[in-house]
Amino acid sequence: MWLWREFSSLKQSTGFNFQHNYFQLFGLAQSFQLDSTKLEFQYRALQAQVHPDKSAHLGEAEQRVAMQQSTRVNEAYQTLKSPIRRARYLLSLHGVDTQEETNTAMPVDFLMAQMAWREALEDAVQARDVAALDRHEARMKVETRELEAQLAVKIDTNQDYASAAGLVRKLRFMEKLAEEIDSAYDTIDSE
Amino acid sequence: MALLQISEPGLSTAPHQHRLAVGVDLGTTNSLVATVRNGISVVLNDENGRAMLPSVVRYAADGSVTVGELAQAEQSVDPTNTIVSVKRFMGRGIKDVGDTSRLPYRFVDTPSTGSGQGGMLQLRTVAGVKSPVEVSAEILKVLRVRAEAALGGELVGAVITVPAYFDDAQRQATKDAARIAGLNVLRLLNEPTAAAIAYGLDNAAEGVYAVYDLGGGTFDISILRLTRGVFEVLSANGDSALGGDDFDQRIHCWLLEKNALSALNPQDTRLLLTQARTAKEQLTEHDRTRITAVLSDGEVVDNVLTQAEFHSLSHNLIQRTLQPLRRALRDAKLSAADIKGVVMVGGATRMPHVQQAVGEFFGQIPLNNLDPDKVVALGAAIQANLLAGNRSGDEWLLLDVIPLSLGIETMGGLVEKIIPRNSTIPTARAQEFTTYKDGQTAMSIHVLQGERELVSDCRSLAKFELRGIPAMVAGAARIRVTFQVDADGLLNVSAREMGCGVEAAIVVKPSYGLSDAEITRMLQDSTQHAQDDMQARVLREQQTEANQLLEAVQHALAQDGELLEPAQRSHIEAQMTALQDSLRIEDHLVLKRAVNALNEATVSFAQARMDKSVAGALAGKNISELETK
Repeated sequence: MWLWREFSSLKQSTGFNFQHNYFQLFGLAQSFQLDSTKLEFQYRALQAQVHPDKSAHLGEAEQRVAMQQSTRVNEAYQTLKSPIRRARYLLSLHGVDTQEETNTAMPVDFLMAQMAWREALEDAVQARDVAALDRHEARMKVETRELEAQLAVKIDTNQDYASAAGLVRKLRFMEKLAEEIDSAYDTIDSE
Repeated sequence: MALLQISEPGLSTAPHQHRLAVGVDLGTTNSLVATVRNGISVVLNDENGRAMLPSVVRYAADGSVTVGELAQAEQSVDPTNTIVSVKRFMGRGIKDVGDTSRLPYRFVDTPSTGSGQGGMLQLRTVAGVKSPVEVSAEILKVLRVRAEAALGGELVGAVITVPAYFDDAQRQATKDAARIAGLNVLRLLNEPTAAAIAYGLDNAAEGVYAVYDLGGGTFDISILRLTRGVFEVLSANGDSALGGDDFDQRIHCWLLEKNALSALNPQDTRLLLTQARTAKEQLTEHDRTRITAVLSDGEVVDNVLTQAEFHSLSHNLIQRTLQPLRRALRDAKLSAADIKGVVMVGGATRMPHVQQAVGEFFGQIPLNNLDPDKVVALGAAIQANLLAGNRSGDEWLLLDVIPLSLGIETMGGLVEKIIPRNSTIPTARAQEFTTYKDGQTAMSIHVLQGERELVSDCRSLAKFELRGIPAMVAGAARIRVTFQVDADGLLNVSAREMGCGVEAAIVVKPSYGLSDAEITRMLQDSTQHAQDDMQARVLREQQTEANQLLEAVQHALAQDGELLEPAQRSHIEAQMTALQDSLRIEDHLVLKRAVNALNEATVSFAQARMDKSVAGALAGKNISELETK
């Protein structure tokens, strides 16, 4: 409870409200498509007010509040900056769970493509073929952007949150693929 | 000097009291302290005008402690009690050190209170068992005293720099050392970030920069975006066990091989390491160097090392820095071509083959317009001034990251990442846990740091035990554990039971850290002996100086005695006898006067010797300064 009291006393001076959602925090419209320049600008403006460095010379309580606020601003920024996390968050605001852990019913062709991709990655690592990794990474990025474009339509235009959740599940596969490409580069690099 | 500086804070144009704050670069090889004075960041020198304090601590049997040049001078004589490069042991277990036989210390393995991987190592000295934290605190104490004397007052706080790639245990150990040294830590600041502040504010730099920081014992690479008023770290990577020391080791091993030496005693090991370091430094400017040493058994080491040979010996050390470079760029989602400038930090970046490799990697000539030894301390001082609340008009925002992922142990010895590396700090993550047995009232959580999947490949930070969970059926209790990383990059954990709101008590068992009780004990030791320590230290320093001077003069007389008139010689000898006599009286003031008198008496002798050998560049120095060259 003590935290809330301190937050409300600070609210006036910093423009920071702990009850605002991430979009409200940065003064952005609640949509998947987003003005990333404005997000960045607002993020920096907010951190410039709440970052713990600003209260390093003050008491322990002020420092603790600054840490909590700055943490929340960072969390909000990271969430909105990443398309998959932004989509997941938007859907949760609409009460839709993306069921990434539980819903495994993916289209067969999508799963086949994913498997082919992973085999190709293994081959590239075996052959220490960095150029092949570059090609896979470029193609992964193109397909990820396509999925994100579809998400924008499903969420912002059609408000079809159920289909959007399906796209988020696909994006989760792409995210894992990106991680595997990263570690493939690492494996080749460290040998 | 000190008297002049006392009035300076009062001259500040700020309307309110200027708060005294310093930046400390606690380095593997050398440490520095800097402050902002009249708006300019300056390194504070010791009473002899030296900025760098060698990070060397010597313990004597009477419990007295010598730090810096004087300790360094004794390292070959008393290697087991003279601790160099202690930073490499901070927050580290004995297994991390690798081949302990290459080092002249008596290591003490401390059983871990936490994970069973072994706790932070300790060193057995003639003055008792010392933790690396205590050894580092001795270095910090000297810097604090230096700063307080120069600034004329007590410090509000300090920014202490740490390698960006330091893990939680190493950071915590550094913070504990500062606490024992009586310093209020305003912030632990990553070394490359400190350098970027000094560089960026100095050059009004904008764009994406890389900071390549190869220090005595650690390597960091940070990629930062500098925009008006914001320093944003995009990624950090490195190797906290790679630095200039390793280059010395390569030469050391080469010497062993060349001379078919094996199993040296600690004195000889230290002697050859010192010679190796000198050779490395020589090879920065010269294309060959001669290494000579007489070992304790009379064996003579005499080898010539060429720059080309040294470069091939140490080539793969430089290669080891390139992998973190590539990883940092990937994490920042950038390529080498996106980097506008590469700032070089750390004495080891003076080596030409390091400059060349980095230049080739980024396709541009690295920036060397700041002193690589001082830039970290200067940046830390600038940040300390800001954090202390001294408003200077310019304000900037520093957004730094956590260098290594944090995770928790899950089934089967696997690690689940909870906070990924390069997350901007402060950051937090809450995770819910549940009980797996009916009536379970406690559970244990193992926190790890690192990028690998297996628990055994990551660094154990701590085990947390949650107790006082209300007894319920299995899976009914919901315990929310919050992992909070603060702006120092340090992890804090808290937990509560969500169902009925009971705060679960947490028992923290840091794997490599010190317990609160240990710190309190060290703190008490340190304040109790502070007064005695000071007196003893001053005396001890004077004694060492006196002995060195006597030795130097004796040596000079033996070598160049013929340059003196008989009257001059007897005057010098009389002053030597007087100094030897005053060594027996344990009074540092008497000793100081005798040292000065002998120094005075040898000025013209030094002049004559110099005329004989080298040119006038060294003119005006007295004999003791000449001998230490």
